[in-house]
Amino acid sequence: MSAMNKFWFPAGSLLVALVLPLVVHNVSWLNLAILVLMAAQAGVAWNIVGGYAGQVSLGHAAFYGLGAYTSTLLLLKLGINPWLGVLAAGLLAAALSTAFGWSCFRLKGHYFAMATIAVAELVQIFFNEWDFGGAAVGLSVPMDRTGWLWMNFASKLPYYWLALGLLVLTLGVNWWIERSYLGYYLRAIKDEPDAARSIGIPIARYKQIALCISAFFSAAGGSLYAQKELYIDPNSVLSTALSIKMALVSILGGVGTLFGPVLGALMLTSIEEFTRILFGGTGRGTDTIIYAALIIFVAVFYPLGIVGWWRARKERADWARVAREAS
Amino acid sequence: MTFEIFFQTLASGILMGLIYALVAIGLTLIFGVMDIVNFAHGEFLMLGMYSSFWLFSLYALDPLLTLPLTALMLFSFGVLLYRLLIVRIINAPMLSQIFTTFGIMILLRGVAQFLWKPDFRTIENSAVSGSIKLLGLQLGEPQLVAGLGAVLITSAVYFFLNRTRLGAALEATASDKEAARLMGIDSHKMFSLAWGIGAACAGAAGALLATFFPIFPDVGANFILMAFVVVNLGGFGSVTGAFWAGILVGVIQVMGGLLLGPQYKTAVVLVIFLGVLMFRPQGLMGKA
Repeated sequence: MSAMNKFWFPAGSLLVALVLPLVVHNVSWLNLAILVLMAAQAGVAWNIVGGYAGQVSLGHAAFYGLGAYTSTLLLLKLGINPWLGVLAAGLLAAALSTAFGWSCFRLKGHYFAMATIAVAELVQIFFNEWDFGGAAVGLSVPMDRTGWLWMNFASKLPYYWLALGLLVLTLGVNWWIERSYLGYYLRAIKDEPDAARSIGIPIARYKQIALCISAFFSAAGGSLYAQKELYIDPNSVLSTALSIKMALVSILGGVGTLFGPVLGALMLTSIEEFTRILFGGTGRGTDTIIYAALIIFVAVFYPLGIVGWWRARKERADWARVAREAS
Repeated sequence: MTFEIFFQTLASGILMGLIYALVAIGLTLIFGVMDIVNFAHGEFLMLGMYSSFWLFSLYALDPLLTLPLTALMLFSFGVLLYRLLIVRIINAPMLSQIFTTFGIMILLRGVAQFLWKPDFRTIENSAVSGSIKLLGLQLGEPQLVAGLGAVLITSAVYFFLNRTRLGAALEATASDKEAARLMGIDSHKMFSLAWGIGAACAGAAGALLATFFPIFPDVGANFILMAFVVVNLGGFGSVTGAFWAGILVGVIQVMGGLLLGPQYKTAVVLVIFLGVLMFRPQGLMGKA
């Protein structure tokens, strides 16, 4: 990608994102945009450990749900401000991610993926039974104090700005990681773990650092979800389906790329919502079939995601040009 | 806890575990031969259940009678799936492999819901029903027959892998694809065979379950997690390992349910699973 593209693509996207709510007033369109932003943010957070470090976690809903539950319980039981709640949720998830990493990081490949599913499943079972946390019934976020101070609004628009802000922040951290030593270490760990170890990169520590950052932002995303939806239960914020979705948006867009998850989220969420609106009412699973067919299609034919496919295409074109000029 | 309850629970755990083993054997076979984890494995079981259900309710054929037919259908389905989709992702990154089979899982659930509605269905008045008293234990006859069937089919797979030329070729492909190819073994044929047998095992498990377990589009979800645990504990690729680990998981599940309450029975299995992985990442019977 040229330097122009590198600047103009993010700048253009941000401009579109900033202007969008001024043009779009329809509530359901605005809601779709918020869903896209939140899915993108979750994907970007997953991408830190799943993409850059190449540790395929299929249990990230554990962090997302932990975030949603932490801020909501703090608000509900202790009256703590959600802004502090988001921070507390992120920090708690980052702290607990050390246990997650400790139990899973010594495993590789499929074993790692399976173990992360098991951990997330355990967390879900726990929240399903924990009476203080609302058990299977879930928790409602009180609406008695609204406004920016309490991150609680009657209209959708402020949530759009919140979701956009969190996404930009998460992207910023990823951008920083890509350029820092951490990013180089993570890519080395992903591509050549043995070589990375032999030159003295402390693999376990850097995987854990990546996981902590990833967990922090996943949890923050979960907190925001709770504030927006005003209701959480284990099924909505801790399910395996959510874990899978967090990984899926990255895969669709491009694993280990900065904007891949954003593109993936745009695609996946739009298709999900449109098929649900068009076919969901029949109750016959037509929306699920289309959704699944899309996943299979991309996984089989575009294994590198949209960004990866675009880059490979560009590279081929460049080589073809070099070959033409040489002959 | 009296001895009677203990043994009663133990017996039901073993019987359920045998089913888990049968499901997991197909999964471990596919993984062993081609390093792909099949997330859609529970849906093979679901298709096996529906096959039994429709043959029973449309033609009044007993699930046990139609088991070979169900297994054969699932065998063809597994081979077809391999030829159509899986063959394209053999050398793809692990992530796209995971998401291909994951997509197949959701697709099959969606198709089942589309064709047969999300209702719970059951098979009433099949040939085997009721319960018998055996060695002082009250055991459900369908469960007993299912456990026995699972042992028979597992033995047959084991015999096939260890005592026949084709089975040896499959094992050879599993241990070294390149070397097996040099010996003139067509790996595509072996991969198809693994998917066929894998799907047939899950389908047979579905047929055995059909007489005493509700049949619905998402039923596979109940089994896939346990099958993953079994395959991990038994060591990826090990059929014998999956057999013993299956029984172990079945027993742990019912014992955990008995001691802590049924809502925690899966949690107990998962905790033990993670504990074992800490000390033996290759599983209980896998090679390091």
